[in-house]
Amino acid sequence: MTALEVAGLHFSYPDGRQALRGVDLTLAEGERVALLGPNGAGKTTLVLHLNGILHGGAGRVIVDGLAVRPRDRVALTELRRRVGIVFQDPDDQLFLPTVAEDVAFGPANLGLRGEELAARVDEALAAVGMSEHRDRVPHHLSFGQRRRVAVATVLAMRPSLLVLDEPSSNLDPASRRELAEILEGLAVTTLMVTHDLPYALQLCPRAVVLDEGRVVADGPTAELLADADLLARHRLELPFGFAFSRPLP
Amino acid sequence: MGAGHAHWLHRDHDSPVHRLAPEVKITAAVLCTVAVVLTPREAFGAFAAYLVLIGAVAGLARVGPGWLIRRSAIELPFVLFAVVLPFTGHGPRTQVLGVALSVEGLYAGWNILVKGTLGVLVSLLLAATTTPRELIVGLDRLRCPQILVQIATFMLRYLQVLVDEARRMRVARLARGYDPRFLWQVRAFAAGIGALFLRAFERGERVYLAMLSRGYTGRLPEGRAPKASKTQWTAGLSVVAATAVIAVVS
Ligand SMILES: Nc1ncnc2c1ncn2[C@@H]1O[C@H](COP(=O)(O)OP(=O)(O)OP(=O)(O)O)[C@@H](O)[C@H]1O
Ligand SMILES: [Mg+2]
Repeated sequence: MTALEVAGLHFSYPDGRQALRGVDLTLAEGERVALLGPNGAGKTTLVLHLNGILHGGAGRVIVDGLAVRPRDRVALTELRRRVGIVFQDPDDQLFLPTVAEDVAFGPANLGLRGEELAARVDEALAAVGMSEHRDRVPHHLSFGQRRRVAVATVLAMRPSLLVLDEPSSNLDPASRRELAEILEGLAVTTLMVTHDLPYALQLCPRAVVLDEGRVVADGPTAELLADADLLARHRLELPFGFAFSRPLP
Repeated sequence: MGAGHAHWLHRDHDSPVHRLAPEVKITAAVLCTVAVVLTPREAFGAFAAYLVLIGAVAGLARVGPGWLIRRSAIELPFVLFAVVLPFTGHGPRTQVLGVALSVEGLYAGWNILVKGTLGVLVSLLLAATTTPRELIVGLDRLRCPQILVQIATFMLRYLQVLVDEARRMRVARLARGYDPRFLWQVRAFAAGIGALFLRAFERGERVYLAMLSRGYTGRLPEGRAPKASKTQWTAGLSVVAATAVIAVVS
């Protein structure tokens, strides 16, 4: 079953900058895929198309059989339930006075109330190990904790496609590892935008490289990361001291 | 970022007034203000009675007079205006400490001063006992037009964004040796304001996108503030009734 299908997607920003120039990408259900690419490649732009926030160019996006049609309000609501986006900066995501209220925001928008809503919030906070911080003010938490709460706000909507925009950025090594453990424990189709190549290798069996608004490589993460020419062509670099050899056929 | 620290008008503790549902407090505050404004300016006793009533509610809410007086400073420009009126007013004059003052001006000044002060005190009490978010929920429940509620929501959001960004940028400026004691460094401040608005706007935009991604359709979920009960309405409206009695008797 196809969880996500993007075909021939184009997009230009109002100032004329062409960010996507024909993106094709298909994700099977349950797959965890890394989306790699240099700064300005169009990764965030692509992510914002997956739930209809950006639209208007050529091409199509289909999530779980549901086509993204920005003018169909009902379909859009359903789409935003299915696609959970964790934004690059948790400060953009968290805006309510307590952690629990922020986690409840999404499911409440979906119409959940009372017991059911409380259960969702508990479940999501437990999944990221933040249950004991439920009544705290989000901006008093550490960055790593805020990132985890941001993940919880999206998990609470029980998405069928989880999209993370640079989840490991600004995390200390322990938080980075803990987040990996959380993500590994989730049985949901995941698209993870990242500049952290070892992280991509650890979490995602498959990787896609986006550059200048096009998919330029798609394959097993270990193979892509072993291709020094490919990495160099697209400004991707392994951290100092790392090297992958191509796995033997 | 996030909510909380931008609300310098809110007194964060528990009291019977804090627990009152927001829609009750908003209704009571508006009606009391209307009663105060409609009271004839010569009814000195009525104004004293209003003050006692406000004091009683403040006592119940455990909001101290010092806090109220300091926050009332927003009223200062109006106070100045009121003080000027007796000197500039027309008509018959009266001698006060050897200075000839306009009688009409005195009354007009007093009118502004007393009603303004009472109005500010009522609003401050409302703000002190109700979080901004509760206020929005209250407005929504009172069937305030959606568009107004949304504007209020976003003003709140952007205000916080603005305060947060301003703090970050100030810290960054200080870290680069900026010492705002010197007047010639005011330029950095002025340039900062421009950048501040741009950044706050862009961040506000991203926050809004993130809200949309979680299914936001223009209505905030109600959170934990329970709806007003009959008892709560009775409690709130009894204050209004007391104000109305004073207004009518005067
Ligand atoms: N709001 C905008 N208005 C105009 N151009 C934009 C806007 N946002 C992004 N762009 C441009 O679109 C292109 C793709 O940007 P995008 O944010 O998608 O890159 P990215 O791959 O997410 O980069 P990064 O790794 O730095 O996050 C860039 O050239 C960028 O300058
Ligand atoms: Mg990006």
